[in-house]
Amino acid sequence: MSKSIHTITSTAVPLREENVDTDQIIPARFLKATSREGFGENLFRDWRYNSDSSPKKDFVLNNPIYKGSILIGGKNFGCGSSREHAAWAIKDAGFDVVVSSFFGDIFKNNALNNFLLPIAVSEDFLQTLFTAIQKDPATELTIALPAQTITLNNTGEKETFEINHYKKTCLLNGYDDIDYLLSIRSEIEKFEQTHS
Amino acid sequence: MAKTLFEKIWDKHIVQTIKDGPSVLYIDKHLIHEVTSPQAFKGLEKRGMELFRPQQIVATVDHNVPTIDQHLPIKEELSRIQVQQLIANCKKHQVELYGLGHPYQGIVHVIGPELGITQPGMTIVCGDSHTSTHGAFGSIAFGIGTSEVEMVMASQCLLQTRPKTMRINVEGQLNKGVVSKDIILYIISQISASGGTGYFVEFAGSAIRSLSMEARMTICNMSIEMGARGGLIAPDETTFNYIKGRKFAPKGAEWDKKLAQWKELYSEEGARFDKEINIDAASIEPMITYGTNPGMGISVSGHIPALSAIEEKEKGGYIKSLSYMGLQAGAAVKGKKVDYVFIGSCTNSRIEDLRMVAAFVKGRKKADNVEVWVVPGSKQVEQQAIEEGIDKIFEAAGFHLRQPGCSACLAMNEDKIPAGKYCVSTSNRNFEGRQGPNARTLLASPLTAAVAAITGEIADIREFI
Repeated sequence: MSKSIHTITSTAVPLREENVDTDQIIPARFLKATSREGFGENLFRDWRYNSDSSPKKDFVLNNPIYKGSILIGGKNFGCGSSREHAAWAIKDAGFDVVVSSFFGDIFKNNALNNFLLPIAVSEDFLQTLFTAIQKDPATELTIALPAQTITLNNTGEKETFEINHYKKTCLLNGYDDIDYLLSIRSEIEKFEQTHS
Repeated sequence: MAKTLFEKIWDKHIVQTIKDGPSVLYIDKHLIHEVTSPQAFKGLEKRGMELFRPQQIVATVDHNVPTIDQHLPIKEELSRIQVQQLIANCKKHQVELYGLGHPYQGIVHVIGPELGITQPGMTIVCGDSHTSTHGAFGSIAFGIGTSEVEMVMASQCLLQTRPKTMRINVEGQLNKGVVSKDIILYIISQISASGGTGYFVEFAGSAIRSLSMEARMTICNMSIEMGARGGLIAPDETTFNYIKGRKFAPKGAEWDKKLAQWKELYSEEGARFDKEINIDAASIEPMITYGTNPGMGISVSGHIPALSAIEEKEKGGYIKSLSYMGLQAGAAVKGKKVDYVFIGSCTNSRIEDLRMVAAFVKGRKKADNVEVWVVPGSKQVEQQAIEEGIDKIFEAAGFHLRQPGCSACLAMNEDKIPAGKYCVSTSNRNFEGRQGPNARTLLASPLTAAVAAITGEIADIREFI
């Protein structure tokens, strides 16, 4: 897993579906592993493969003209189950960024904890991205975390995105929350003494 | 300033707040199960760390366990390994585990409340989105991912940004045949599967206060299905009476002390919510879903929305969803033949749910075209059902009473609905493939599920009671 994110320039894979729930991202029957690795092969399993495991030709991940480390989904991406396996599967399949107009809350946290950057853009900009990529699959996007911008390179259209300062620092530097929590253990112990 | 119930609990659990960042939230209880914990234990071990407060963690097995022959070794290899891994991890790290065969084993969100582990004013987390269930007791309870499970194991804390607050008031009397599952399915159908995203929701109003604890749990359980981080209900006499005397409930002087604290847990007059919604209980009818997200619900006697009623940009998804379900826009759902009925899950597998079904089913028989699975939420529910003779009623009706677990709610074990088949289910999600590849789920209350089992089709319970 690549730790730390700074600036990413890549083509993108457009998944024009709304309410993509984590059961679609990784169905429950694939949650039986006890490690974090290898979930990418079953990413979007039932949309991507027929029951005989042959690829479904019309699914975007099976279309060789779409590639890159940015996945774009319709609104309410990652709703449903809290399974972090969904974020692991997307990351394991080679994505570093997921763009949507908004995300399920738990998925968003899970993504951030795995250095998978969830970027919420306006509904209009999301449609602009889908249209541009549909017209030309070679369209490149640039995501600059320091400036918090997402740019369509060929037209220069851009939007800024929100991320809290703490999380941004973590992503830029490869820190995780556990590192921070461990650093304040004595304060947690002090809190416990008066907490009832 | 007047505080909401949520703010009172949240503020009491803040260890510190990072400038321009999240807060460090202290967690009182951490529930774990076999599916979302192994990587967290592994992560801690990789850091060479012990669990910070193992006595604040309770473990059970529920997600992938079989619901028949639980005394035998689990046949499915990967499930067996996952369960064995949890047993080994709990032993190594001194975590209390209610494994298969233990009288307290069951679905994590059923056993917490029934053992008195879940109490008002607490912060409770679990690597499962339906942790929101515990909010029925006036606690802040929410689902987390495995990295967060590891954080709580390491520090008993989480870094959290405070969600916005919403209050949903349901006032008035419920109609005949309408139960708590119908209330929550109705709410989600009104505000959509994403209408609660970013919020923590308090459910209030006379219709909510009139509900039992089991019924309140059903409502809070499904708050995640409108995208909310969690749901909660102010504790009252119903709550206190439920908790009193349970295994891990406070006793003696400790009870009196806690009770006094719990009585302070309510939203004060004039407290401000970021959003408030009012619902008239009388407008709620028995509900059923027809699509592939929990917001796609209608009255059982209603019609699936016509294509013309759907916004232009939503039409593609709508058509795809109905095509998956094999249903027609504009059609009625009543009279539609079904193949399976599943009564179970952390939403509706408690003793009250089983009693409700048994009361209707007594003296009746299931239709020949349906298979009916009843999966109790816990060993204690199973035992109670046997003591009350509910098992005999189900047997006479041709229902299968199975053993406790999550079962066909998410079909991680063998309990899968076959491709293309219709299942009226008391669970919480009708996502594509949720109950098995290409299975078609229709979410409903235990009463609506019971009448579907008897008639073999979608029917309106009001015509039978």
